Amino acid sequence: MIAALVWGPALAGGAAFATRSRRAREVLLVGTALGHAAGVGAAALAPAARAWRGWLGLDALGLLFLAITSALFLAASLYTVGYLRREPASRHSDLEEGFAFSNEPEAVFVGCLLLFLASMTLVTLARHLGLLWVAVEATTLSTAPLIYFHRQHRSLEATWKYLLVCSVGIGLALLGNLFLAVASMQPAGGGAESMLLDEMLKHAAGLRREWLEASFLLVLVGYGTKMGLAPMHTWLPDAHSESPSLVSALLSGALLNCAFLGILRSVELLGAAGDLGFTSGPLRALGLLSMGVAALFILRQPDYKRMLAYSSVEHMGVLALGVGLGGAAVPGALLHALNHSLAKAMLFLLAGNLLARFATKRSAEVRGALRATPITAALWLAGFFAIAGSPPFGLFVSEFAILRGALASGASAAAALYLTLLGVIFVAMAAGVLPMALGPAPAGLRPKPEPWSAWLPPALLGGAVLVLGVWVPAPLARLLERAAALLGAAG
Amino acid sequence: MTSFGAALLAAVLLTDFRLLGGSRLVALIRIAGAQGALLGVLAALAQGPAADLATGLAVGTIALKGLLLPQLLQRAIRRVEIRREVEPIVGYSASLALGVLALAGAGWVAGDLPLPRSDAPALLVPASLFTGYTGLFLVVARRKAITQALGYLVFENGIYGFGLAIAHEEPLLVQLGVLLDLLVAVFVMGIIVFHIQRDFDHIDVDRLDALGEAPGAEVGRP
Repeated sequence: MIAALVWGPALAGGAAFATRSRRAREVLLVGTALGHAAGVGAAALAPAARAWRGWLGLDALGLLFLAITSALFLAASLYTVGYLRREPASRHSDLEEGFAFSNEPEAVFVGCLLLFLASMTLVTLARHLGLLWVAVEATTLSTAPLIYFHRQHRSLEATWKYLLVCSVGIGLALLGNLFLAVASMQPAGGGAESMLLDEMLKHAAGLRREWLEASFLLVLVGYGTKMGLAPMHTWLPDAHSESPSLVSALLSGALLNCAFLGILRSVELLGAAGDLGFTSGPLRALGLLSMGVAALFILRQPDYKRMLAYSSVEHMGVLALGVGLGGAAVPGALLHALNHSLAKAMLFLLAGNLLARFATKRSAEVRGALRATPITAALWLAGFFAIAGSPPFGLFVSEFAILRGALASGASAAAALYLTLLGVIFVAMAAGVLPMALGPAPAGLRPKPEPWSAWLPPALLGGAVLVLGVWVPAPLARLLERAAALLGAAG
Repeated sequence: MTSFGAALLAAVLLTDFRLLGGSRLVALIRIAGAQGALLGVLAALAQGPAADLATGLAVGTIALKGLLLPQLLQRAIRRVEIRREVEPIVGYSASLALGVLALAGAGWVAGDLPLPRSDAPALLVPASLFTGYTGLFLVVARRKAITQALGYLVFENGIYGFGLAIAHEEPLLVQLGVLLDLLVAVFVMGIIVFHIQRDFDHIDVDRLDALGEAPGAEVGRP
């Protein structure tokens, strides 16, 4: 059954390439997104399913990230319908520099979106480390054409950087996987020598320590590149600012998490081998470094899409830090992954609305948004408070849980640094975001109706973050506990 | 196996040095292809229970790394009409000198991390590490997008070589998946190289500099 979650979108993607009518492609896209969400719901209720001779399976960690991916894709697909209808069909002029360019064919765009969904689903379902690697690489390849939707030089530059930096990063992760295979070699032959996660976990105690630890470091750097951890994050701001906003939303909210899952699988393995302590230092260091680098670049960031991109670097740092702290911080970090995805996807979709309305990515040139686009601007403000971690939004709850975990484990220096950086980023983002909404609208900007496809998806995502801030449903709490237990954190 | 394998690996090392010191793109691509084919022959030498699979893997590797991917890249440079890498970021003699140091480093690392059990030739691990280094070096120290794509291909050759050392530990299916991904990656890179050329009339990546932070802010680039 779960295999259908992979090949369903893959087939739909193939079909979209060949579909010539826009209407049919819209039905295909939204229909697949709905079907995928329904399938994930059904899979969540079914007991641990396996497919493809144990190569595919769904555990608590996979389910959490799969659910995030599916929800975000559904929201983004609804947004896409309106987005593509508003995009000019012929050559049009660039919003920032004024030269003419044309878009990629829509059939390619929609087809790649669906293939992207299929590859991300495969990442969350993979129970074989080789397959996991192939799936992560497939996400890179299926997203490259999405970033290059607007065929002009800035997006081309971003795509090239993305493709090359991430491919090399993922190559290092492959080397990490090979090291893992060496770690599981037995001098006499025989025993578990496959890369199936379940078997490796069972025989984890017998893994060679030095190769296992070297493998973790390579996987952390490799998948960390794709996840956007500093200092390997260089591709991220460019790709996020140049791709269409709905693609940025999926990159930030879904793709970065998938890369994180690749790291978590390695953490799981070291935990089973009784070597969890080794993971903690590198994860904490990269986490805090990412938050620091993000704070530095968010300060006086002139471009609001790049600001959101650096905010993703920050939150990926929070996730790595949370898992590195261990104990009670781990369920907090996993909840934070969910919260961040919802809030960040919401903000990127809204950034797309602002970009369409004001024709600029410079924060300083967007003024009076509350007058010009009231719904978008109100949601934008709410989204800012959500992403900055103020109550009553979900990110406050999860960031607080990570702080409590840090204090409980006695990492007071890390906790202090964490709080300071969160504070700096709050102020820096407020300075960029608040003036955009307030004040009088620029002269000559006539009021325009806001179509539902532009504000309803972000509003739904924002609603979910709000609900998670006041109430974490019991099944979700249980899921988080089970997922954290896989990572060696006993609640 | 051993003496023949060692000779093949010595040839792989020579291709690495040719890649580090060469500037004519047609020749560079041909050398990278030859390197892929050498690795394919090495794959065929793998012994043990997986011998049948090894033959299939060898054929696949030679076809893909030795013929198809170099063809794709050759086609890309024919279409964009460029001949050589001029003014590399790190000069050719410096590249070669650094390469000698890196080779010594690779030998040292390989001596430090002995494989628990392997019937592969002793040179295999250092040669693969050095090939991986060569690829990364080309990505970082050359300006043309096509040379960077070639560097990525060589980097993957290195990782693939390391994989051969433990070929019988890893399912064939994974190797095939890796090869397939590589194919698509190089294909996509080829398309982008073509677009860069068409839109900019050049394929120097360091002249693609519209993005990035205000001066002095962000130095990171591939």
